[in-house]
Amino acid sequence: MDRPLGLLAELTYRCPLHCPYCSNPVTVPDTAELALPEWLRVLEQARQLGVLQLHLSGGEPLIRPDLAVLVTRARELGFYVNLVTSGVGLDESRARELADAGIDHVQLSLQDADRAAGDNTAGARVFDRKMTAAAVITALGLPLTINVVLHRTNIGHIAAIADLAAALAADRLELAHTQYYGWALLNRSALLPTPEQVVAAEQAVARARALHGGTMEIVYVVADYYEPYPKPCMHGWGRRHIIIAPDGRALPCPAAAQIVGLGIDNVTERSLGEIWYLSPSFTRFRGDEWMSEPCRSCPRKAIDFGGCRCQAFALTGDAARADPICQLSPDHHLIDSAVSSATPRSLRFRSNPASS
Amino acid sequence: MTAALSLGDRPQLRRGVRVSTDPLSQAPILLFPEGVLFLNETAAAVIRHCDGSRTVAHMVQAIDEIYDGVAVGDVLSLVADLVAQRLMVVDRG
Ligand SMILES: C[S@@+](CC[C@H](N)C(=O)[O-])C[C@H]1O[C@@H](n2cnc3c(N)ncnc32)[C@H](O)[C@@H]1O
Ligand code: SF4
Ligand code: SF4
Repeated sequence: MDRPLGLLAELTYRCPLHCPYCSNPVTVPDTAELALPEWLRVLEQARQLGVLQLHLSGGEPLIRPDLAVLVTRARELGFYVNLVTSGVGLDESRARELADAGIDHVQLSLQDADRAAGDNTAGARVFDRKMTAAAVITALGLPLTINVVLHRTNIGHIAAIADLAAALAADRLELAHTQYYGWALLNRSALLPTPEQVVAAEQAVARARALHGGTMEIVYVVADYYEPYPKPCMHGWGRRHIIIAPDGRALPCPAAAQIVGLGIDNVTERSLGEIWYLSPSFTRFRGDEWMSEPCRSCPRKAIDFGGCRCQAFALTGDAARADPICQLSPDHHLIDSAVSSATPRSLRFRSNPASS
Repeated sequence: MTAALSLGDRPQLRRGVRVSTDPLSQAPILLFPEGVLFLNETAAAVIRHCDGSRTVAHMVQAIDEIYDGVAVGDVLSLVADLVAQRLMVVDRG
């Protein structure tokens, strides 16, 4: 069995933004966030397991005042440290503190190409603060990836988004179609782009690459609802990545907490090594023994691992079925009907966990 | 998009990409935002010589002094590969 390579630390579910596409869970358990010593222990255990990359995310990781302490320790342990942030709270002094602590890379999310549209989607006045964040990141010489989640409202703005990212001197631009988990699934009907929008988006990406590709890498993450086969979710269940939820639950995928009866373990109760090798939540869908048809006898199972277990569960109630995205899945009609019934209607903005 | 590499080019790792060591195998690795590349010793030596000031020709010579008989073609194709993966950038000589 492989060792894990990446750890995604969701430091908090709290966030000053209210993105309706947010993949965070809609309801979160009323449990306390891990304290600093617990996170430090998790980092040490992850390093012993061979984890190379640490992604600090959430919610908004900048909400944690102890973020720089975590970064410092992570670099001492040898991790590549990536900060995944909305940029809200990243003023010059905070950015300098984190740069000094050793952040390797910052992934900054934007909602849209301009202030009005961006703030509208974020449900908060944050666009200007994101522009400041981008400026201080690049001024410190830190590599910057701009991430924009695509949906019906902003998918027509790819050219302007790419121009903005280039003007902000981003090294990379990631244009990623919405994955339908958490708040995004709740808002799916309003977020799903039309087939025409998806075709136009692909053309816009090609033009943006021709224009900016020399200086900025443009990564386009396809809309799986319009693909014939599912994505190789997490590069396979329990194969490369560990996600730690704010309260310490260890998950094979950020959306796995919703799968009922998975037997999720918490890092406050078991070591990360025990969890990776033995926890039923990680072993349940590891490899391909768990598969039934059409995946079991399908040659593509080595490529896509049968798709996403969380998506199968969310749409069919059974995490062991083929991802309904697959055109060979008996549940594929669920995708077709979601696409054909999508309508522009009002969005539900993400709210914050009641406790924290 | 990228022209073929020539001996006068000066390659270096792109911002956000760095060489490190795998804590389990002690093998050299390349770390970058989206992943990791496991390297062999020769590749690691080539990459360590790519500092943006040395030309490909210089590197081939330097590497040859450490590892006997490294083929120019191998060094060129490794660097070209890393450029294609956007892990390296080159100043054209
Ligand atoms: C959940 S956010 C947490 C970090 C921070 N609050 C932010 O938004 O940048 C982590 C990353 O996932 C992206 N994201 C959020 N919801 C998504 C969804 N439904 N599908 C794909 N990416 C999503 C965000 O843009 C961000 O880059
Ligand atoms: S609401 Fe937006 S900014 Fe906040 S965690 Fe979700 S995606 Fe990130
Ligand atoms: S049948 Fe299963 S393994 Fe084959 S392509 Fe579809 S989801 Fe992937």
